[in-house]
Amino acid sequence: MKVFEGLKFKRGTTAIHRLDPRTKFLISCIIFTLALLFTELISIIILFIAQIPFIFSARIYKEWSRSIRGSLTLVAIILLTNLIVGYVSNNFQLSSQLLTYSISMAFRFVVLMSSFSLFFLTTSPDDLSLALEQSHIPYEFCFAFTTAVRFVPVLAIEAQTIMDAQRSRGLELDKGNFLKRIRNYIPILIPLIVGAIRRSLELAEAMESRAFGAKKKRTNLYILQLKRSDYITFLISFIILSLALYIRYNITIPDIQIPL
Amino acid sequence: MIEVENVSFTYPSGVEALKEINLKIKDPDFIAIIGENGAGKTTFIKHLNGILKPTQGEIYVNGVNTKKASVAELSRDVGLVFQNPDHQLFCETVEEEIAFGLKNFGFNKDTISERVTWALNLLDLTKYRKVSPFMLSGGERKRVALATILSWDPKILVLDEPTIGQDFNQKEKLRQFIIQLNSQGRTVIMVTHDVEFVADCNPNVIVMSNTRIINTGSAREVLTNFDLLAKASVLPPQITQLFTQLSDLGLPQNIIDFYKAKQLIIELTKEKLDNEGL
Repeated sequence: MKVFEGLKFKRGTTAIHRLDPRTKFLISCIIFTLALLFTELISIIILFIAQIPFIFSARIYKEWSRSIRGSLTLVAIILLTNLIVGYVSNNFQLSSQLLTYSISMAFRFVVLMSSFSLFFLTTSPDDLSLALEQSHIPYEFCFAFTTAVRFVPVLAIEAQTIMDAQRSRGLELDKGNFLKRIRNYIPILIPLIVGAIRRSLELAEAMESRAFGAKKKRTNLYILQLKRSDYITFLISFIILSLALYIRYNITIPDIQIPL
Repeated sequence: MIEVENVSFTYPSGVEALKEINLKIKDPDFIAIIGENGAGKTTFIKHLNGILKPTQGEIYVNGVNTKKASVAELSRDVGLVFQNPDHQLFCETVEEEIAFGLKNFGFNKDTISERVTWALNLLDLTKYRKVSPFMLSGGERKRVALATILSWDPKILVLDEPTIGQDFNQKEKLRQFIIQLNSQGRTVIMVTHDVEFVADCNPNVIVMSNTRIINTGSAREVLTNFDLLAKASVLPPQITQLFTQLSDLGLPQNIIDFYKAKQLIIELTKEKLDNEGL
């Protein structure tokens, strides 16, 4: 459940927090694009290191590292899948190239995770909703999206309670072989999903009784406005993106190889 | 027997939920834990079957240190029924739901079917044997949750808010049921906000407030101590409030339950009528 904690907004007043949500979203998107553009281990490492100053200046190191640690299981799965598929399709031969590639694929996921973590940890759901609305996305979609984001931590807490309740009935989650362990999660997942569906129906009723959708055009108390710092960030991000694109298509990147 | 020695607990988020708790619960005791929201009641009972381990101090359940045993091992002796049944129901039928815990504890097939039938009977659920737990009403789901725990007959039963969502009849049945379990030698510990229910059950009461135990005593002692209750944001039972407000008429102030109150009023009225020669 640590993964979800890394997506929960942490209130703050740092320069990163004060950036317009649209700017932050753009930064995350650029990191995302770059991570998908490059497959070399060295570029992925550079992308990872590039995020670290942001993490520290936003003072979210603790939460961020928690989300990264939480995603390690998935990272291991990606690494293993790449290794196995590569090994089989390569006539059952393990090469140093394959190893490097698999590691960079797994590390790429860490970069993606980290960029999302950075965005969600520093952007309040309210700001996010405003940003979407002001980008002319229909309010129903904005509402659905922000509600989903807002309920992630609630679901995480509920999952913990359900786990406690089932363990009190003698369920041992980390007992048995791999398949048995997956099956152990059924008693957790069913109440969690049923609860989420039930809650969404209740929420819909509650929203409707508060006149959701009564007027086509809603008014907002706050209006987002891009500041100078946002324009500067925009500019820098675009320069970096163009530079990266240039490098990607015109320069061969010297790649490191991890020896077997 | 549960021994709690100088236990404090802090959540990983840094919230201190329990401070210096000391307690000894001998079998078969009957205990109600009352106190304001956030006093630490639920956190405390989660320590009894090892879901939470104390950050300081030790808890011994029948001589076993909870830090050195798994939740499954401890749950065999300490059955914890959670407040919200929806946090644990997941099977296709009520029957399978009750069998789940028994399977986890490794009972054999015959014993499982025997225990399932027993638990269904005990909680008046036999007619729902093959029904999906999701189709039942809130109160019925709560009883299924209770049946799932009772099925393996734990020596100590811990209930979190057992009366929520129960109508008057079910509450009365629950009361008789708990008292019966207790008289058969099992220890019952319940967390509740329902002071009327506590008064009717007449257990020993632990008052918690702001992460600490601030008092322990019989239901009568605790529920008539207005200053103490105010500290834990608990209002005394209505009968107690009424008798206290009428103390000028010579009514005693230590009445907590309806039955005793009724008896007293009958006696006083009779006496008065006799005096007036009617």
